Amino acid sequence: MLSLDFLDDVRRMNKRQLYYQVLNFGMIVSSALMIWKGLMVITGSESPIVVVLSGSMEPAFHRGDLLFLTNRVEDPIRVGEIVVFRIEGREIPIVHRVLKIHEKQNGHIKFLTKGDNNAVDDRGLYKQGQHWLEKKDVVGRARGFVPYIGIVTILMNDYPKFKYAVLFLLGLFVLVHRSSEAPCLLC
Amino acid sequence: NFYPLFTQVSLIFTCFFVGLPFHLCLHLDPVFHFKELCELCVLLCLKDGKTFIFIFRKNVEDFTGPRERSDLGFITFDITADLENIFDWNVKQLFLYLSAEYSTKNNALNQVVLWDKIVLRGDNPKLLLKDMKTKYFFFDDGNGLKGNRNVTLTLSWNVVPNAGILPLVTGSGHVSVPFPDTYEITKSY
Repeated sequence: MLSLDFLDDVRRMNKRQLYYQVLNFGMIVSSALMIWKGLMVITGSESPIVVVLSGSMEPAFHRGDLLFLTNRVEDPIRVGEIVVFRIEGREIPIVHRVLKIHEKQNGHIKFLTKGDNNAVDDRGLYKQGQHWLEKKDVVGRARGFVPYIGIVTILMNDYPKFKYAVLFLLGLFVLVHRSSEAPCLLC
Repeated sequence: NFYPLFTQVSLIFTCFFVGLPFHLCLHLDPVFHFKELCELCVLLCLKDGKTFIFIFRKNVEDFTGPRERSDLGFITFDITADLENIFDWNVKQLFLYLSAEYSTKNNALNQVVLWDKIVLRGDNPKLLLKDMKTKYFFFDDGNGLKGNRNVTLTLSWNVVPNAGILPLVTGSGHVSVPFPDTYEITKSY
């Protein structure tokens, strides 16, 4: 009888440990999301960190580099800036440099871009009949960069098995890590 | 849907020939002086006292673009620059560009990059470029180049670090380049 009670205690304790670990994991995920949303607010950009996907800005940026963007309304778009923009109807953003701008008195601006490593400007990439980009197409302006780190994101996109492996290892790490501390937390 | 530049070139309209004698030479540094044969020369001395732009021969041409005729300007220039001080341990490359800024009836602000160059760390930091043509067509959005007395050229650069902030720096000094009042037939450019 005594031994059965003891087993029940252990089973109950393990369930609590499990719930505790799940809650902790949930807290880590929500904190990460909050940091991301906070960055969106501070920078004004819907995507404050992007990964360079093509070689059209070499030798400055290579595939896999990470760019930090801002998109504040107070910063006007000027030539020479590196902008990340989306073409209407396409979801993949492009990172190129502003080549020409024409701004009207009321602040409405139209501009043309070109990749450093491309021979011609981007008009061939724009939508049919579209000759200029406008503020609404801009995701952000590149203000800082870190090389290589974005390769992980590209790998996870291109090889889903790698993504699952990473998530699995992460989950395993969280559970294994907690179980060594948990007995003390609950006693 | 592709917008090839060579079809634009083939649609040039001949305009009026201009014989505009325009001698405008600013001596900012007594060591450099100009020969009489330059039609229009301006000397610019930029930030660290080591960058000079020498510009001459401008004309404006009417051009049929996607919908209407737009002015097309031609500028030839020299650039002498010493970029050694800008390179430090964290500079991977410099993206240099020459841009023209001006105002027109159509647009309060226009900026056009005329020429650019990538200077990598390890490349010769001293540039000595002569008789450079603009790398990109200097189109206006309309007809605002003709007679425009206030087109300002500046040399700027984007510092690309090994990692970190990407600053855009403008050289402190600009040349004002006045365009003639009439169009000119294309000379060989």
